[in-house]
Amino acid sequence: MADLRQIAFYGKGGIGKSTTSQNTLAALADLGQKILIVGCDPKADSTRLILHAKAQDTILSLAADAGSVEDLELEDVMKVGYKGIRCVESGGPEPGVGCAGRGVITSINFLEEEGAYDNMDYVSYDVLGDVVCGGFAMPIRENKAQEIYIVMSGEMMAMYAANNISKGILKYANSGGVRLGGLVCNERQTDKELELAESLAGKLNTKLIHFVPRDNVVQHAELRRMTVLEYAPDSKQADEYRSLATKIHANAGNGTIPTPITMDELEDLLMEHGIMKRVDESVVGKTAAELAAELAAVQ
Amino acid sequence: MSLTVEQVKVRNQELIEEVLEVYPEKTAKRRAKHLSVYEEGKTDCNVKSNIKSIPGVMTIRGCAYAGSKGVVWGPIKDMVHISHGPVGCGQYSWAARRNYYIGTTGVDTFVTMQFTSDFQEKDIVFGGDKKLEKIMDEIEDLFPLNKGITVQSECPIGLIGDDIEAVSKKKAKEFGGKTIVPVRCEGFRGVSQSLGHHIANDTVRDWVFDKSEGKHPEFVSTPYDVSIIGDYNIGGDAWASRILLEEMGLRVIAQWSGDGSIAELENTPKAKLNVLHCYRSMNYISRHMEEKYGIPWVEYNFFGPSKIEASLREIASHFDDRIKEGAERVIAKYKPLMQAVIDKYKPRLAGKTVMLFVGGLRPRHVIGAYEDLGMEVVGTGYEFGHNDDYQRTTHYVKDGTLIYDDVTGYEFEKFVEKVQPDLVGSGIKEKYVFQKMGVPFRQMHSWDYSGPYHGYDGFAIFARDMDMAINNPIWGLTKTPWANS
Repeated sequence: MADLRQIAFYGKGGIGKSTTSQNTLAALADLGQKILIVGCDPKADSTRLILHAKAQDTILSLAADAGSVEDLELEDVMKVGYKGIRCVESGGPEPGVGCAGRGVITSINFLEEEGAYDNMDYVSYDVLGDVVCGGFAMPIRENKAQEIYIVMSGEMMAMYAANNISKGILKYANSGGVRLGGLVCNERQTDKELELAESLAGKLNTKLIHFVPRDNVVQHAELRRMTVLEYAPDSKQADEYRSLATKIHANAGNGTIPTPITMDELEDLLMEHGIMKRVDESVVGKTAAELAAELAAVQ
Repeated sequence: MSLTVEQVKVRNQELIEEVLEVYPEKTAKRRAKHLSVYEEGKTDCNVKSNIKSIPGVMTIRGCAYAGSKGVVWGPIKDMVHISHGPVGCGQYSWAARRNYYIGTTGVDTFVTMQFTSDFQEKDIVFGGDKKLEKIMDEIEDLFPLNKGITVQSECPIGLIGDDIEAVSKKKAKEFGGKTIVPVRCEGFRGVSQSLGHHIANDTVRDWVFDKSEGKHPEFVSTPYDVSIIGDYNIGGDAWASRILLEEMGLRVIAQWSGDGSIAELENTPKAKLNVLHCYRSMNYISRHMEEKYGIPWVEYNFFGPSKIEASLREIASHFDDRIKEGAERVIAKYKPLMQAVIDKYKPRLAGKTVMLFVGGLRPRHVIGAYEDLGMEVVGTGYEFGHNDDYQRTTHYVKDGTLIYDDVTGYEFEKFVEKVQPDLVGSGIKEKYVFQKMGVPFRQMHSWDYSGPYHGYDGFAIFARDMDMAINNPIWGLTKTPWANS
């Protein structure tokens, strides 16, 4: 058996992390890989397309019912979906209460202690939008994920988030072994998207591992709570995910230590590609009325 | 051989430089600001205070939770104080600080009991508000004679964003307007227990005073109503103080907070004068009552006959001749008793030197009591004092006294080793260190399970205890076997 590979998908909220990761992992399962998905989002929707249902029994909700996480067995929390992919959801509190970050730590410790990773080829962590606290950085700490894939798009905020996540990886890259596997651009059809994504990848000392084009078949599959691989295996989009899966599979050990850039550099990048115009410092912080008044005065 | 004041100053200054030498440069620079030698005539002790302790030193300080649960709120006897969070903070603050009280524990009083929400992992992850509600329901069921509840927050409560205020309001309403006080005294707040005192004072203002108007209509005021503020009744201290005030003709309507009750807190705004013993922990609420209700407050000191005498007169000066005469009567009554105590112990204790390191008021307040016995305090410092405490200390200390703020374990040991006092007065953590060095020691937080030390009655016990410690024959029997060979 090959060594266990641990990977994680990070990215801005709503960018399509869960969709991209589940489709890619389904394609990896098609290649015969034994996979465990660990959903690290309190919304618990990281395995919905694999299981055809939202996982109700999250580790943390069961632990709360049982009294503590020590009272749980692995079978209680593990579900098996498409092509034998094993799925667990960490779960967590409803928005606005408690500490979801601590929940992620609790869940991952539980899985490791219970031997959930034994006999697996891949463990994949799907982590919520931003690395808001130490808990959500758990999968990138020592002896967890070896490679991080950042799902992004050509939108400013998605690129900003990708840069921030790189900072998190850099923090742990020196103490642990975590590396940046690459960027996955989920097409939003913004201007010069591919060019920008490649440019950002270069700045971050990584590569754009795949550009996933936009295709409505993803939407159709999602409505049926399926991956494209399962819903429309012959579609062009399924091939895209297969291609991404193959690249990730071949990417073992090729991760890099990222070189995050400053906000100014990021803005420069957008300007280089003509997405953003240089800010006129004289107008910053002025209301429309003030600007109109100034204009009138000049005229 | 005794040193002159100038020689002592030089010795102390050298000693400070010596202890600083072992520190890394940055630490030495920071600690230097907390160590000083008092110069007569100065209005402060020339030390910085109320600053974060340095990691790596052994500080004697506590935390904000300790200040609220352990000091201010804990002794209020007819309320249940919940240690809200994981079990450790509750376990280690169980049974209070020997705050004596009258009542039937578990029925109408609860001080030495321990209530904790015993947080588990799931409470951290999902939040503890529901559990808190359930605990309050259980308290209401199991202890129907409780007069209220306080929520003493441990660190995690502030981290996970629990809304203990909302829970408190909801339950107060459900329980028919019962006083329920959420206290945000998470241990990571502030630099010592001092902020916990302040936070607890503020909750009395916001959750007791502001909600108690119209309560206790049966209360009838007299012109002689006073409240004892900042006496925690350690070993019965507040009782020994109260009887003196009552003997001089005053009526004590509240004790804060030793042997105190929620009704007493609620009635305090009706006092004519607040008499304040522990300035550090309760000056905040005293100032508030002065501003809002126009109640003046006066600091007093009931350690040792000299200070008691001065304090009784000071308190009486706020009242009419009846009380002033009462004060003189009390002073005269106890004078022969105190003289007998002094006659007995002074010959055994005169000339003995003391080094202190205690909490809020004792580093200065007990100096007079030692002096009444002919003893001399040669070094003192506060765990969590502020600048105003060190200013007040100048009224007590002699020229050349060694001053150490937030002393570290190392500094304290070194100072005692070199100064060789006849007695060290500090806490339980320090006790055995100094006793093993062969130096007599008294715990000055808990009175070493003795007390009271306040008031005239307390002075007799204080004198006996100091004699017992210093003149104990054990010190002549201890030997260092390796030194003889």
